[in-house]
Amino acid sequence: MATNQQAIPATAVQTRQSSGVWRDAIGRLRKNRLAVVGFFGVCFLLFLGVFGPMLAPWPYYAQDTAAVAANGFKPIPPFQDPSHILGTDGLGQDMLSRMLDGARISLTVALVVQLVVLLIGVPIGALAGWYSGSRLDNGLMRFTDVMYAFPDLLLIILFSVAFRETAFGQAMNGLLLVFVAIGLTAWVTVARLVRGQFLSLKEMEFVEAAQAIGVSDRNIVIRHLLPNGISPIIVAVTLGIPAAILAEATLAYIGVGVQPPRASWGSLIAAGQPFIRSYPHLTYLPGIMIAAALISFTFLGDGLRDALDPKLKGKQ
Amino acid sequence: MLPAEEDVPAADAPTIVELSPDDVLRARTEAVAKVGIGRDADHLLEVRGLSTHFYTPDGIVQAVDDVSFDVGYGETLGLVGESGCGKSVSALSIARLVPDPPGKIVAGEILFDGIDVLKLSAEDMRKLRGKEIGFIFQDPLTSLNPTLTIGYQIGEAIREHLGLSDKAAQERIVELLSKVGIPRARERLKDYPFQFSGGMRQRVMIAIALSCDPKLILADEPTTALDVTIQAQILELIQRLSDEFSTAVLLITHDLGIAAGMCDRVNVMYAGRIVETGTVDELFENPQMPYAWGLLDSLPRIDDIRGERLRTIDGMPPLLIRPAAACRFNPRCAYARDICRSSEPGLTARGNGDHMARCWATETEGWIA
Repeated sequence: MATNQQAIPATAVQTRQSSGVWRDAIGRLRKNRLAVVGFFGVCFLLFLGVFGPMLAPWPYYAQDTAAVAANGFKPIPPFQDPSHILGTDGLGQDMLSRMLDGARISLTVALVVQLVVLLIGVPIGALAGWYSGSRLDNGLMRFTDVMYAFPDLLLIILFSVAFRETAFGQAMNGLLLVFVAIGLTAWVTVARLVRGQFLSLKEMEFVEAAQAIGVSDRNIVIRHLLPNGISPIIVAVTLGIPAAILAEATLAYIGVGVQPPRASWGSLIAAGQPFIRSYPHLTYLPGIMIAAALISFTFLGDGLRDALDPKLKGKQ
Repeated sequence: MLPAEEDVPAADAPTIVELSPDDVLRARTEAVAKVGIGRDADHLLEVRGLSTHFYTPDGIVQAVDDVSFDVGYGETLGLVGESGCGKSVSALSIARLVPDPPGKIVAGEILFDGIDVLKLSAEDMRKLRGKEIGFIFQDPLTSLNPTLTIGYQIGEAIREHLGLSDKAAQERIVELLSKVGIPRARERLKDYPFQFSGGMRQRVMIAIALSCDPKLILADEPTTALDVTIQAQILELIQRLSDEFSTAVLLITHDLGIAAGMCDRVNVMYAGRIVETGTVDELFENPQMPYAWGLLDSLPRIDDIRGERLRTIDGMPPLLIRPAAACRFNPRCAYARDICRSSEPGLTARGNGDHMARCWATETEGWIA
């Protein structure tokens, strides 16, 4: 064998294509047109969130009083004033700039909420799943049930109000508090999902094999079970993002969370709603942004779910 | 297939090329003769009165019932029997891997190298597993984690038990992988299980089992999931490496051919009990229990007439819930008499002291000579 190998010229030895799980998944994702659309939508949104405020023609708080005064102190509709392409609100604040800043807020929601969800949901689900049937599992899952049954909005509002005066409540203009509060109500699904994954995964033979060579429980959970259960977690997180954006918009609409002069898409809608008849652009512009973000993330999430499902391998 | 023929000269040092079970057998006989592994060695593993029960909704299943056996240092002991006779549960009990619940080791003593395994704390037990006791599972396709590289999985026990530096561990992994006959070992460390064939994966499992130089390997039907050619290779590999590392092997199999080729001694299990034990030669030449006859008789033979059905043992193994105080094989036994149905025979000596059987009929005063 060894001598044969020496004899083969280097060029003849093909470098084996690594065809890992992720490679396959990306390949399948690329064939899914909606997922690709979602992917680019998410990328575009990410771009807006990161660089938007730099590209914005005006600071989000700036009031172009001269322009509104010239318009009779009324909101400027889109495509009328070249310095305010998407118009302004009644205070002369540039809509485009405010929506770009709103994109940053929405993205932060996506990140912080999902981070909280992962940090709470995965460990709780993992512990309950690994020690399934134990008193710990029972306790954790009943707690999860309670959280699941609790009215989300009420909890978020209570939480926001209770911590409003603390340093944590003041962080990021009060936004961090809202995001964490949303995360605190959103982790239950992930916890249940991870527990369910672990219940089936821990019966796999490779777990027994790992136990047979003396791998500690901790390492079995972290190194063996989590990587095997990661796909549905990724999907849940991706699909959780639009839910979180929507939750933030809902809260902003009822006045919890981001405070003026800063605005998220939700609070822009809330601010524009009284003028929906005469100046609909104040409502539909941020509405379009929310819808676009939700659809992008949902398409991507659905695509990921299909791509990461090994049972669908080779189909489509 | 039988170990009696010694007329063919022994093969040279075995290579990884295919070997028939007879070649394997010959190499083994030589090795035993050379090293003198066998009955006089001290016991690495002593199992005394082991009973493992499963608590199911239907009742208590006595999967392993008062089983005692020894494994000498470097010895290969076979554990043969039908499905569900308690072979695997015995092995799992030794490593204390019986799923609890529903399983529980209810009685007995397992002395491994003088350590009472059943009295160890869970943490001490974990340190023993993989380091002193290696495990080779039946199905290499499912026993490797699909999301971790081969290199990581072989290195897992090494990192867990030996505390080697990353570099030293890496070297050992490469060495192990080449030892089990994986070509271009260094390049394949980063490969995932799905890039390996079934036989290669079982080689990887063997490398994992041997990674910390254990004193005992529990091989639970290591070749059942493999085709016959690969089977011979894997058995040869286990044999060669267990000799090289002077590792004792507890080989669980339902294939008597494998037991004949691999083992120094064989325990026949039936319905949670050991019903016959002896050296390979004695057991195959002079079985002392109708069940063992039945097993031997149901082996396909080269001189079988084509198209004829293979012989089987009639009936089914008994349920292990509340076994009756009787010979457990009696309902399927052609030689059974009243005594077989009313009381259970003990495991008593036949001929020399090493060959023992559990059968009224073949006792000295029995009705079968």
